[in-house]
Amino acid sequence: MDEILEILEKDGRVPAEDIAKMVNKRPEAVKQAIKKYEKEGVILKFKAVINKELIKDSTSTVRALIEVNITPQKDVGFDKIAERIYSFPEVTSCYLISGTYDLLLIVEGKDLHTVAQFVAEKLAPLENIRGTATHFLLKKYKEDGIILKHREENKRIAISY
Amino acid sequence: MKNLISKKVQDMQPSGIRAFFDLVLGMKDVISLGVGEPDFVTPWNIREAGIYSLEEGFTSYTSNKGLYKLRLGISRYLKNRFGLEYCPDEEILITVGVSEGVDLVLRSIINPGDKILIPSPGYVSYGPVSELAGGKAIYIDTKEQGFKLTPGVLKEYMAHKPKALVLNYPSNPTGVSYTRKELSEINKILLKHKVLCITDEVYGDLTYDFDHTAFATLPRAKDNTVYLDGFSKGYAMTGWRVGFACGPKEIIAAMTKIHQYTIMCVSITSQMAAAEAIAGGRKSVEEMKREYKRRRELMFEGLNGMGLTCHKPQGAFYMFPSIKNTGLGCMEFAQGLLREEKVAVVPGTAFGGAYGGYLRMSYASSYENLKEALIRMRNFLERKG
Repeated sequence: MDEILEILEKDGRVPAEDIAKMVNKRPEAVKQAIKKYEKEGVILKFKAVINKELIKDSTSTVRALIEVNITPQKDVGFDKIAERIYSFPEVTSCYLISGTYDLLLIVEGKDLHTVAQFVAEKLAPLENIRGTATHFLLKKYKEDGIILKHREENKRIAISY
Repeated sequence: MKNLISKKVQDMQPSGIRAFFDLVLGMKDVISLGVGEPDFVTPWNIREAGIYSLEEGFTSYTSNKGLYKLRLGISRYLKNRFGLEYCPDEEILITVGVSEGVDLVLRSIINPGDKILIPSPGYVSYGPVSELAGGKAIYIDTKEQGFKLTPGVLKEYMAHKPKALVLNYPSNPTGVSYTRKELSEINKILLKHKVLCITDEVYGDLTYDFDHTAFATLPRAKDNTVYLDGFSKGYAMTGWRVGFACGPKEIIAAMTKIHQYTIMCVSITSQMAAAEAIAGGRKSVEEMKREYKRRRELMFEGLNGMGLTCHKPQGAFYMFPSIKNTGLGCMEFAQGLLREEKVAVVPGTAFGGAYGGYLRMSYASSYENLKEALIRMRNFLERKG
């Protein structure tokens, strides 16, 4: 992967001028490369990673991992039914996977009841769905490479040769 | 009690920053640019290898030279990285950091009165260790050459008939490094005058503007070089204390003799962890290097912008700015900055008496910390001036 993408994937806020210094390129060239990546859809979006557990006044949400078994359709396989599923705003992630079931969803709702209702009323009745298994998420330790914990204090001594 | 202490040690200058160090320890919320180590912890795979080795009961001595698998790993790594061939049986010794390597090689070669050339400002141990071994340290001031040892100056020092040169690049404290061409010139002079080259290349992984050249890869240099390196900087393993020495088998054998009586062997836990480090990829090193490059630019522009002029370092993670424009001495500057703005830096005198007009600042600290430190330094200078 291009170094520029590696840098932005870790920290989307590094200015093009700084990236230029890091990869020995002109700032203009970096800006153009980023623009090109955005145009091609390689870079889809820049967003903040938020640890919601630390927000006191936020309306809490629950998340569930849902395994879905599907009967594939002629010509389109899983794609068509996947689209019907991921189009629901409650579905925050949707993956086709190998193994004992077909789709893995991450579904978010304001409480257990809402998520259960979504599964029972929206998801399970869909045509071609043979079964679902819902696992509610209890605690997040790490997400997308980020450990959800306050950074520990630096243990280095302040002055050394 | 003083009579008990050997004359040699009595004459040794104590480390120049001791008093300053005690001052820092008592303070809170200090942004420290005084550290000589990376600002992240040892990568997990390496720490895990250390833990696992303990669980498995690896708690014994190892051979004096160090674990064979580690020496083999180092041998392969040097072959891949530099095309440099050292035999793991006879030409590699695992040391307690590069520091022990420096001590061993100097003690192995020095006869009373032998002269050792040391470019200055430089890392603090080379001189005292040479003198402890009975040699005479001859410092080569490089201030006027942009802190670089130039062939012209080196030639002049050949008149002293030195036994060896200790060359540390990229350099602590200046960040100066050398291109292959520059090293080649130095090599020619050393070969001509039969002066051994002892290289401390522990910052070799952190070279920014060109590829690091291992000195031993230069023409005919390998038989005239003791190459010292370690895991501290590249893999953030400072506290594990693992380094290695590579060189002609006669010198390595001599070093091993001293090592077996004084150290016996490096801690097996540390050696097991180092073996994992060298077997793993260099991915994290490349990433780290990119981040340091960005910080280097920030510091270079920031410091020069406030009149603390400095060269752009080519490696390591240090800036060595001049404070001449401020009219302050380095101790005064460092103590004032610490007390008033809570930023710790190392006074230049720590690296030689002639460098009272300089400070060492490490940029092995987060980008945000560095930005804040620059603001505080600017505030400090505005009040002073």
